[in-house]
Amino acid sequence: MRTIKAETIHDAVVNLVLTAARYLPEDVKQAIADARENEDSASAREILGQLLENAELAATSGLPLCQDTGVGIFFVELGDQVHVEGNIIDIINNAMVEGYEKGLLRKSLCHPLTRANTGDNSPAVVHVDIVPGDKIHIKHMAKGGGSENMSRCTMLTPAQGWEGIKEFVVRRMAEAGPNPCPPTIVGVGIGGTFDLAPSLAKKALFRPLSEPNPDPELAKMEEELLEEINKLGIGPMGLGGKTTSLGVKIEMRPCHIASLPLAVNVQCHSSRIKEVEI
Amino acid sequence: MATYEMTAPLCDEDVKKLKAGDVVKLTGTIYTARDAAHKRLCDMLDNGEELPFELKGAVIYYVGPSPAPEGRPIGSAGPTTSYRMDSYAPRLHSLGVKATIGKGKRSAEVRKAMEEYVGVYFGATGGAGALLSQCIDEAEVIAFDDLGPEAIRKLTVTNFPLLVVNDCHGNEQYAKPNFDF
Repeated sequence: MRTIKAETIHDAVVNLVLTAARYLPEDVKQAIADARENEDSASAREILGQLLENAELAATSGLPLCQDTGVGIFFVELGDQVHVEGNIIDIINNAMVEGYEKGLLRKSLCHPLTRANTGDNSPAVVHVDIVPGDKIHIKHMAKGGGSENMSRCTMLTPAQGWEGIKEFVVRRMAEAGPNPCPPTIVGVGIGGTFDLAPSLAKKALFRPLSEPNPDPELAKMEEELLEEINKLGIGPMGLGGKTTSLGVKIEMRPCHIASLPLAVNVQCHSSRIKEVEI
Repeated sequence: MATYEMTAPLCDEDVKKLKAGDVVKLTGTIYTARDAAHKRLCDMLDNGEELPFELKGAVIYYVGPSPAPEGRPIGSAGPTTSYRMDSYAPRLHSLGVKATIGKGKRSAEVRKAMEEYVGVYFGATGGAGALLSQCIDEAEVIAFDDLGPEAIRKLTVTNFPLLVVNDCHGNEQYAKPNFDF
């Protein structure tokens, strides 16, 4: 067994929170730059240019990329040979709170009914998987509300199959239109159960834009969905153009013989993800 | 498509000349309000209370900024999605609000209210909050401090870059998706 101190995890998570909010991942910046080259419309080029300028300014000024610094989401792969000195969920939540305070990030969580702000962005959303090994891998996403609100989950019938999946995903993005800050990244969860499909869709968003699905069949489906979504012509900020989405990412797992669970988790262009291995 | 320099608060003449697709560089005083602040404003109207700012000519910016770093009036401050304020906007337009700033589509009711009461809906670039904050010179919380990022702030802005998404003549700038709903 390898023992890992609470402090080690704490410091790593504070750092994840501080960097995710300010530094747009290189693959996202590259995708926006490529999209800008590819656009004919003046407004699309102008907006994509502003997004690159914004990323540059955030990195140099210390301001967060977006005022909506989101819900602190963490996917943890905890090695079965690791002993953590403390409760990993509490450690991550406390570190997230410290990071949001230190980094002057917006506290965006509130009571669902009274709408009173919790004041410190807690609680973090933490998913823990046990994996073989003596390491901890923590993936962090700062997820904004605007794109999250455009996400949907449904239970298709097995008969609807791939055509049904395609129809639902493309329709969802057509209905979302300019709302989720396009160009978006679309996470698609196929299979599992009613609760698992959205989690798969969110997990899918962690795969870099530059990495196609390792399964060639799914990689083909990702390409096809992206093409269909970009045919919608919604464009950057909904003002028209070729770039409605920068990428589609699918995660899939087996489901019940009666079901075909499907979830679409929409990510805005400001994809704030960061990971660390301890 | 034209570019205008305008000063807030706005008047009917300002709004009437704007067409969907025009660019406006806005200077002057605007007010922030989003979900929780809108609910409180409308509760105050129901109770006949005086509002924390003058609605006549007002420009409301749908934003919840991040905290201000030292030496700056405000943190990142880009627009939030507007449809969540759709249930409040017609009433505020009827009481004199001239413009709202946000991102995303508005309801038929809001678009109708803008035609009826001479209002305009501006889009600002979502997710460019660091960049947009550079056009904000002053920020002061004037109401609902307990709401934190959702408090109402009086902002002084210079050349804040806006696009006319919905004008008061019934036009809209958003692309219609190629999809058979």
